[in-house]
This record gives sequence, structure tokens and C-alpha cells, in this order.
Amino acid sequence: MSTTDVIGSRRLRREDPALLTGEGRYTDDLPIPGALHMALVRSPFAHARITAIDTTEAAAAPGVRAVYTAADLEHLWANPMPCAWPVTDDMRNPAHYPLAKDKVAYVGDAVALVLAESNAAARDAVELVDVDYDPLEAVIDLEDALSDRVVIHEDLGTNVSYRWDLELDEDAVQAAFDGAAHTVSGRFVQQRLLPMAMEPRAVAAVPAPFGGGVTLYSATQVPHILKVMAAVTTGISEADIRVVAPSVGGGFGSKLNVYAEELLALALANERKEPVRWVEERGENAQATIHGRGQIQEIDLAADADGKVTGVRVRLIGDMGAYLQLVTPGIPLLGAFLYCGVYDVPAFSFTCTSVFTTMTPTDAYRGAGRPEATYAIERAMDLLAAEVGVDPAEIRRRNYITKDKFPYTAVTGLEYDSGDHEGAAAIALDLAGYEALRSEQAERRAAGGTKHLGIGMSSYFEMCGLAPSRVLASLNYSAGGWESATVRMLPTGKVEVVSGATPHGQGHETSWSMIVAERLGVSPDDVEVLHSDTAISPHGMDTYGSRSLPVGGVAIAMACDRVIDKARQIAAHQLEAAAGDLELSGGVFRVKGSPDKEMPLAAVAFEAFTAHDLPDDLEPTLEAQVTYDPPNFSWPFGTHVCVVEVDEETGAVEVRDYVAVDDCGTQINPMIVEGQVHGGIVQGLAQALFEEAVFDADGNPQAASLAEYLVPAAPDVPSLRLGHSVTPSPTNSLGVKGVGEAGTIGAASTVINAIVDALSHLGVTEMRMPASPLHVWEAIQAARGTGGEGLVAEIATDTAGADRDAPSDTLSPQTQPGGGA
Amino acid sequence: MIPASFDYVRASSPDEALAALAEHGDEAKLLAGGHSLLPLMKLRLASPAVLVDVGRLGDLAGVRQEGDTVVVGALTTHHDVHRSDVLRAQVPLLAHVAGQVGDPQVRHRGTIGGSLAHADPASDLPAAVLALGGTLTATSAARGSRSIAAADFFTGFLESALEPDELLTEIRVPAVPDAGWSFQKFNRRALDWAIVGVAAVHRNGASGVGLVNMGPTPLLAAGVAAAWAGGASPAEAARRVAEGTEPGADMNATVEFRTHLAEVLTRRALEEAEARPQAGPG
Amino acid sequence: MRVTVTVNGVARDADVEPRTLLVHLLRETLGLTGTNVGCDTTSCGACTIHLDGRSVKSCTVLAVQADGSDVTTIEGMATGGELHPMQRAFMENHGLQCGYCTPGMVMASTALIAEAEADGTTLDERAVREGLEGNLCRCTGYQNIVASVLACARGEVGNATDVQVRQGAVA
Repeated sequence: MSTTDVIGSRRLRREDPALLTGEGRYTDDLPIPGALHMALVRSPFAHARITAIDTTEAAAAPGVRAVYTAADLEHLWANPMPCAWPVTDDMRNPAHYPLAKDKVAYVGDAVALVLAESNAAARDAVELVDVDYDPLEAVIDLEDALSDRVVIHEDLGTNVSYRWDLELDEDAVQAAFDGAAHTVSGRFVQQRLLPMAMEPRAVAAVPAPFGGGVTLYSATQVPHILKVMAAVTTGISEADIRVVAPSVGGGFGSKLNVYAEELLALALANERKEPVRWVEERGENAQATIHGRGQIQEIDLAADADGKVTGVRVRLIGDMGAYLQLVTPGIPLLGAFLYCGVYDVPAFSFTCTSVFTTMTPTDAYRGAGRPEATYAIERAMDLLAAEVGVDPAEIRRRNYITKDKFPYTAVTGLEYDSGDHEGAAAIALDLAGYEALRSEQAERRAAGGTKHLGIGMSSYFEMCGLAPSRVLASLNYSAGGWESATVRMLPTGKVEVVSGATPHGQGHETSWSMIVAERLGVSPDDVEVLHSDTAISPHGMDTYGSRSLPVGGVAIAMACDRVIDKARQIAAHQLEAAAGDLELSGGVFRVKGSPDKEMPLAAVAFEAFTAHDLPDDLEPTLEAQVTYDPPNFSWPFGTHVCVVEVDEETGAVEVRDYVAVDDCGTQINPMIVEGQVHGGIVQGLAQALFEEAVFDADGNPQAASLAEYLVPAAPDVPSLRLGHSVTPSPTNSLGVKGVGEAGTIGAASTVINAIVDALSHLGVTEMRMPASPLHVWEAIQAARGTGGEGLVAEIATDTAGADRDAPSDTLSPQTQPGGGA
Repeated sequence: MIPASFDYVRASSPDEALAALAEHGDEAKLLAGGHSLLPLMKLRLASPAVLVDVGRLGDLAGVRQEGDTVVVGALTTHHDVHRSDVLRAQVPLLAHVAGQVGDPQVRHRGTIGGSLAHADPASDLPAAVLALGGTLTATSAARGSRSIAAADFFTGFLESALEPDELLTEIRVPAVPDAGWSFQKFNRRALDWAIVGVAAVHRNGASGVGLVNMGPTPLLAAGVAAAWAGGASPAEAARRVAEGTEPGADMNATVEFRTHLAEVLTRRALEEAEARPQAGPG
Repeated sequence: MRVTVTVNGVARDADVEPRTLLVHLLRETLGLTGTNVGCDTTSCGACTIHLDGRSVKSCTVLAVQADGSDVTTIEGMATGGELHPMQRAFMENHGLQCGYCTPGMVMASTALIAEAEADGTTLDERAVREGLEGNLCRCTGYQNIVASVLACARGEVGNATDVQVRQGAVA
């Protein structure tokens, strides 16, 4: 392969051999001699006052070195735990410290910790800490929270954290609804989800008592952000903290945070001058790692007689959980701009009220606000299709922002860079055999039977990159949206790339080496990629929001260009030619018109290193550092189609086919892109069919393990078929847009649209997620019981995550651990 | 994730195991494959003081035919039950159901005796042994061996007729090579317990129907079996499935839904059993 | 208690508490950290190893139960600097992303193929999916894991034209 067609090739991942052989090291794999093992005492109550804690017995247990409560550690904190997204100036944010002192506000809230010589000794001692609680009423229903019947943080006086409105033209929205030929309304519950990265969180803090400083190893997506926030929280000098993210076993947003355990390990290791480590158990992960989603959405569409949407109105209640974590309050805002979907909508209003509940804090989970928004508009478009009496594919065609309108300035003021929704939809529908499926459906309905065929589709925009910084500022986000890259030619001609993005499964090393190889004309094997260690990569904004490629990858390409610019000057000097006459091709500078005069880039690098004969005004060495702040978000898009068979008797849903066209602009490595889409789709499909973080009325989590929380396995999901379209972004030189969340954003609404479609002739118009056999069967029963009027009214009384029917018994047959033996 | 500490006794013979049980009484738990007990111990939902490991008692593993009975050693793993040529030919329902338990790794370690002794109403194998009209053999140091009909074995939620000093040694089921049979397991993920399961076997007017997860114990659906044996259609017979059940409610099913599912699955099981006499395990 | 376990062909002695899980013996005592722990309910399969030739979840076996047994972990799969064909199949088919479930997937898959070969049966997509029901992955949607295992079962390994394993990358 020549080095000029590296981009776009299905190059195998350089990360894989280490990960495939056990050589890869995750945080808990690191050997740390002498480390004390930390274990946390967690609240079994969702809401309670702590009246007494007796640590005497635990402190005396074998192997135990210390037991601490909040009161013992107050001197360690310069500031409370950070929330970096105060979305409004008057947002209410309860003080949140690593250990709860007077009150607990969710099951899993930590109240004490043990340091011991082994993990077993620490876990044994946890059981010996005697905590007296005075239980208070739990708040798990968002409307109950809004009522302030029980105020969780008394000093705030209310459960409302904030109200945030996208302040647009309300009169225009009202006029749209006043003049509408058709209106439809939907009310949707985005159930709480558990991110369930396969690697639980883990931390190890290693002090250097005589050298100064502490190294914090953490299973994190955000070592750079963590370093800053750890310094602010603990008061330890930023210069004395080094954060390393070793191999990280998936994140999906759950490791985009600053957690109590990270701060506790850091502060205690620093104070005690001995290493402290902690590894999360899965049961803890389900309680003490952030949850995703948790919203109630109300959406109204106004449309003209042809079904052309003229106005969209959205009201949202967001479930913050017990406290605000790093970006908890911002998640609904990330969706706010996407409720008009991929449609040419002239009038839009959005309001969001976010409330505290006595459940685990929510925060970013794959898609973070955008799958929720897409779900609402794409479900509403199906409602509109039914109302107008046209096919769901046709209602979308009538409303798509057409290809010729890009760049398109949306009613929200954001500019969409490029898109071809009709094209993507046509590919997806064709691949799925849409017309034939509709014929089959009509035939089968005519023939009767108890298994029903349904076809669902969704079209979506993803808003990714999370930049530019000045737009983030307008949203009150506390950080920038830039990314840093350094490209460094080594004396031997090899290339070192330092990226501020922090991979946890995305294959950055492979993709970055491909970008550099193509730009510089070197072999990808000659490119070393360094990342995820603040001592090696001091500047970075890390990896989330599908930002690594459209921000970090573009930064690398720009740094390559700067290296080339400098190398060109050196080569011109050496070849005694004008810089403008040099061409770089295949890693070699040649003088135009004099093909015998050439100088390989590697030779330039050596000249830059020896500095024996450089142009007068040029510094030695050949490297460039770029900090790139993009001019706009990037806007990947696509259309998904799902085909289901629903068993009316059991409520079982079988996904017969799933087709997706995800257009993320230029693809650096299509193999990696497809992998991202596959995984994303299955996470969205899992929200639609399997997953829910159920709580009982007392706030007890009912699905706090992988035995009860149904992350699907291989036999439970379909084989996926991907179509292909490439619409480059015009805003960066690579033409890339990002792909990490796309599959998830499109999937949940696609699956639910298919299920509702399958059952529409029975009168079913709405489906509660997850569409479990129980929920499907109940929807069918309700449709029959009400003469086909549908389920909207009943669903409206449900709340995110609440299930008052679930038993609190922790050992009912369905809540046992084990492999079904 | 880390069990509480316990004392460990490795039995090298059934007599050693029985002696250890006699010595420690209620304090002791038998450890075979460990795939019912260890998960509970890891979450500290069980903390026995003594574990008596019978996993090396090879004589208690294996499948053999004795006339018109097939004898399955209590330590036979689900995997080996599933792959047993004798069972596939003589008791295909049991071979099939063993292949539905958990996942391959669980089936490589979990044993039929452990599963039955755990008496979990959500487990698959008890319903199959009930449907087949099996008999369980238990032994103690003090009283020797005795036989317990499967129908009398499951006495409460996670409780069996086994005394604390008894070791389950074998499971005896009738050879039914020409019977029609079916196992309907309904769950949301392949690896999970059944939300509801139905095991049915039918031969020459003799019928057995066992239910998974329809009460605090594995259950026989006697009314269904009687109606079916009496010539009722699958749909008619299935209507009696709720008799004697006490289904619970959880995230996956309400009482009403579970009862409804039991009827649907029972009908399907009886239909399949009628449709495929002499079929091998699927 | 003193136990002796042959791990990847080498007899290893260790002193363990009776409650020590096999996975903790491997990871903490023997330093074989390739075997991962992803849950506490015998659900996820990240800790899958071969115990006397069969795939088992090493989080649900006591070290004392494995005394005298033969254990193969992910560290024992690549030999002589060459990836095992299943490892190679995962690499060629992009069957891994974060890699955390991967050792368990490789161990479960190799056992699955060995059992199918012993039975004389052919693995199709459905059989592979069902054979991996005890292993959870959160990254891949299983699509390319299934493709990897099918490729290995069919001997379609090493055919990729642009395989680039960096020299020395394989232990």
C-alpha cells in the first residue's frame, strides 16, 4: 500500500495484539507494591439521616489500617466535588463531598471507607462498620420531585435544580400551532440506563513522598480534566498531580467524570504517603457510577395539510439524581438543539426543568441528550404520519432539509455543515427492501395470525465535536472545546504523535497513525502515538461526545501540515531551491522540474536534529504543536430501518433485520467506523428492548447487577447490515465528522417505531421502553381494553425509572445472582 | 465479590462427606460445581461456616441405564447431561433441558444434583425431573439411603426434603425413548433464568408437566397433565395451568402476565410434544 | 491451603485461603492479569479460562477446587511469538474494541470450536451466537465477534492482505 491511500483503508488495529494476549494493562492490573486497598461503606437507604457511625470493630479487624468517615476527612477538601456545567446562573447545586456526612441521598452513597492490606480484608471490614440511619421518604418520581412534597436538599428549599429555556420566538411557535392543519403530541419516558462499561472503574494513587507529587492511575476517559478538577477539589498543586489512564475498558460517558473514589484515593495517598488502590465491584458500579437518560419528554408538532412540520414545542423534565456530577445538568441541553431532527422546521420552543431525586446521579451516557431528542422527534414523526395518513418514509421525505440547503442555519441558530438525508434514507430503505416489506405486512395482516410484522425507521442528526469554545461559553460550559496535538519527527525519521484525546477502545493509535502517514508520506508503522498520561500529553480535553476525530484528529492533521512547512524550508535550504518549488510526495521532497534533486523527510528530520546547517532564522528540531478549536460542531447523520416480528401472545419482539446508513463524512478507517456503528446500534437497541435501571418505591435499585440489568448477549441481538454514504464536512481539512454515538442516536426510536408499527392495527400507538414482553403485552391488552384508543394516557402516569410494582425483596427468584444454574 | 471466610473440607469419598456433614450439621454446605452456592456467597447472601467439597467424588458422576430407568449421578454436569448418548436416546427431554441451563461455562461446572438440591423455582432441571416423574436418592451416615419422589422433594423456596446431613447421590428417571416431549423456556436474554418455563412429556396416556418459576418451588401442573392424559386438546389442557400456582411479580412479569404466559407456553409445549414423538433433543 | 495448579503448562504452587477465587489466584498471586473480572454474578464471562480443557468462569471456581487441575489462560494462547488463530481472527475481523471482554471471548470461542469439532458439528452464525451467550461485550454489538469466531471455525484466518502486526508487539 502506498502511503497516500492510507486514509480510507481497512487497516488492522495496532492496539489489538496487546489486548488479545493479556499484555494490555487496565488499572486494576497494575502491580503496585505496598498499596492499601480501599473499600467503601455505602448507604442501603435512598434517603436517610446518618445519626451515628461506629467504626471501632472495623478498625480492629485483621489487616485494617484505617477507617474514615466524612468528619475525619474534611481537611482534605479545598472544594466540593466539581460540576463543570452550571447551565444557568441560578442553578441550585447541593454541596457534594466524597463521603456523605449528615445525610445520604441515594442507595450507594458512600458514608465511610476502610483502608486495609488486602481487598478481602477491606471488604470484610466494611461489614463491621455500624451506621445508624434515620430513613426518610424516597423521591423517585420526577413529578413527585417537582411537587417538593419531600425536599431532598433542605438548604436548597426545593428539588428543582434549574429551569433552562431555549429562548426563541414564542409567538412564531404559537402562530404555527394556531394555523396548523394537523397537530400531534407525544409523551415519552427515557428510562434510566446503566452504562455498564465492561471494565468497572478502578483507581490507584501512588505518591512519591520524597520526589513530590502523586500519580493517579484511573480507568477514566478524561485524565486531563480529572487532573484539573482533582487539584481544585483537593488543593494539591496541579503541578504535583500526574494522571494516567492505562488501557481503559470502555466508558460510554460513565468514565467522563470526576468520582469520589478518585479523589479519596488521591488525597489519602498524598496524606498518608503510601499508595491507595480501589476496584469497583459490578454491584457498586450499578449504584455509584453515573446513570444515563432519565427524562420525561413532551413534544407537540404542528403541521400543514400536507404534513409539512411548521412548529415544534418541547417540554422536558430531567432527572439529575441526588447530586450534580461533572456535566449532569448539561445533558438535556445537549439534546435541546436536536428536537427539530433533520427537518426544515421554522418555529421551535424548548423548556427544561431538572429536578433532584433520591437516585444515583445521572450524567453523560452514549449520545447524552441526543438519543433522547432523536427519539422524541422520530416517534412524533411517526405519530404525524399516522395523523396525516401517509407512510412514515413519505412524511420524512416531505420534511427533510434538502441537500441543496446546506450549510443550513437552523431555527436554533446553529449551522448544519452538510447532509443528504434523502440520499441516506433511500439507501437504507432500499437495502431493507422497504416496499416489499410493506407488501408482506399488508398480506399478513389480511391473513390474520398472532405474529405481527413491523417496520420502523428513523433519520437523525448527531451534533458532535462539542465545540467551538465560544459556543460552549454561551451554554455556560466551564471548559473549552479545543484539542491539542503534537507531531514530532525523531532523528531517525520516525514520527511521534502526542494527542490530548484519550481512547478507551476506539482505536485512536491506529487512526492517528493513518492520518499522519497519509499527510507526511511515511509508513503508519513508523508513527508512534502517545496519549492518556498528563506527563506525556500535558494538554488535552479528552474523549467524549464523538469529538476525538473531528477535533483531535483534525488537530493532528494540522500539526502535520506545520511540520511539513518547516521541513520544506530546511529541505529548500539543503537543496538550494526555493521552498515554493518543493513538492512532498511519498515522504520525499522533490524540486519541481529537477527530479534528481530530492530529500527524504527523514533526512530533513536528521538535519533538524543536528542543526548543523539550518536556515538562519529556523530553530532546531522538527515538531509542531497545534491547539485546534473548531469553527462549528460537526453533523453526522443517517437513517436506520428496523424490521420486527412481535408475538402477540407473549409480547416477545424478534428483530428480523436491522439496516443502518450512518454518514460520518470522510472515514479514516472504515473497519473502525463500522465497529463504532455496530456497538452504538446495539446500545440503542438495548435501550429499546432490554435495559432499565428499575427502582422500587423506596428507591432501592432492582437491577443492580449484570444478572438483572439486561445488557444483551450475542444471541439476543440481530446481525446488522450497514449501508454506505459519505458526505464530507466542509469545516475541516479531513472532511470528518465523528461517529462514536451515531448508532445509539438512531437506534432506539427505530426499534420502537417498528414495534408500534407492528401493532398499530391492534390499536397500539405508544410503547414504553424497554419494550419487554411484559410492556408489549400490556400495551396490547390496554389497546384492546380501550377499544383501540391506545396507551398514551396510561404511559403518561409512568415516570422515568419508577416501577412501583417491583418487589423490594432482594432474593425473589428473579433477583438472584448466578448463571441460571 | 469476595466470599466471607469459611472452613474447607475436601471429601475423598462419600463416607467422608457424610461424616463431615454429620459433624458440622447446619453449619455446613455441600459444594459440588458451586454454580448455585458460590454466586450467593460472593454477594454474601450465603455465608456457610464450612464447605464440604464433594466435587472429586467421581463415582457420583455419570449416566447409566438400568432396565427401564436411567440413573444420573448427582455430580454429572449440565454439559455432560446434555451430551449423554444414553439420555439423548432414552430421556431426550432431560438432555435437552440441561442444554438450556445458564450458558456453556455454567454448564461445564454446574451439576444436576446441585441444581436440584438448590431447589430454585426458576431453575430448569427441577421442572424436567418433575415432569418425568423422577426419583432422587439421598444418603446420610446415620440413616443410609432413601428415595424421594421428585414430587415430594421441593418443599419451599430454596428448600428441599434433604436433611442437613444428607447427600444427594443420584437422580433416577424413567427411560421414555418414544415419548413426545417439549421444553418451552421464555426469557429475555438467552443466558437468564426463565420468566416462565414449561416441561412436558407424553407417552401412551401418561403425561407429566413441570413448571418453572410459577411459585415458590418448582411445580407439577397436575391438572394440565390429567386433562392432557384424558384426551383434552393442548389448548383445553393448558387452561388448567394456573391451578396450584403462586406466581410472583418482578421486573419481567406481573402475576397476571406470568399466569398468561404459563398458559400460552403450556399450550405450545403440549402441541410440540404431540407433534414430535420420538424426536431427538433439539 | 496449599494448592498446585498447572497454568499454561507450568505447575504453580500457592498458599490460598479457602475463599480465594480461582480468578484471584491467577491475577493476584500468579500475576496473570489478562483474565478480567467484569461482574460479581457469574454473568459477564470476562474471566473465562479453560479448566481441564473446558471453558469456565474463573470467578465462580474456588482456587481449592482447581487444585491439581490444568488451567489455560489468555496468556497461554499465543505461542512462539505467534497469535493463536482465534486471536488472529479477532484482529482481522475487528472483533474487539476496548479489549476487556476479549480474553474471555477468545477462551469461550476456542472451547466452543473444540466442542463442535469433537461433536463433528459445523458452527453457523446462530450456533456461535448461542455458544457465546455467557459472554457480554459492550463495544462491538457482537457483530464482529461472531464474524471472528466464524472465520476461525472456517479456517479463514491470515487471509487479510493488509495485516500489519508490528514486530515485537506480540509477547
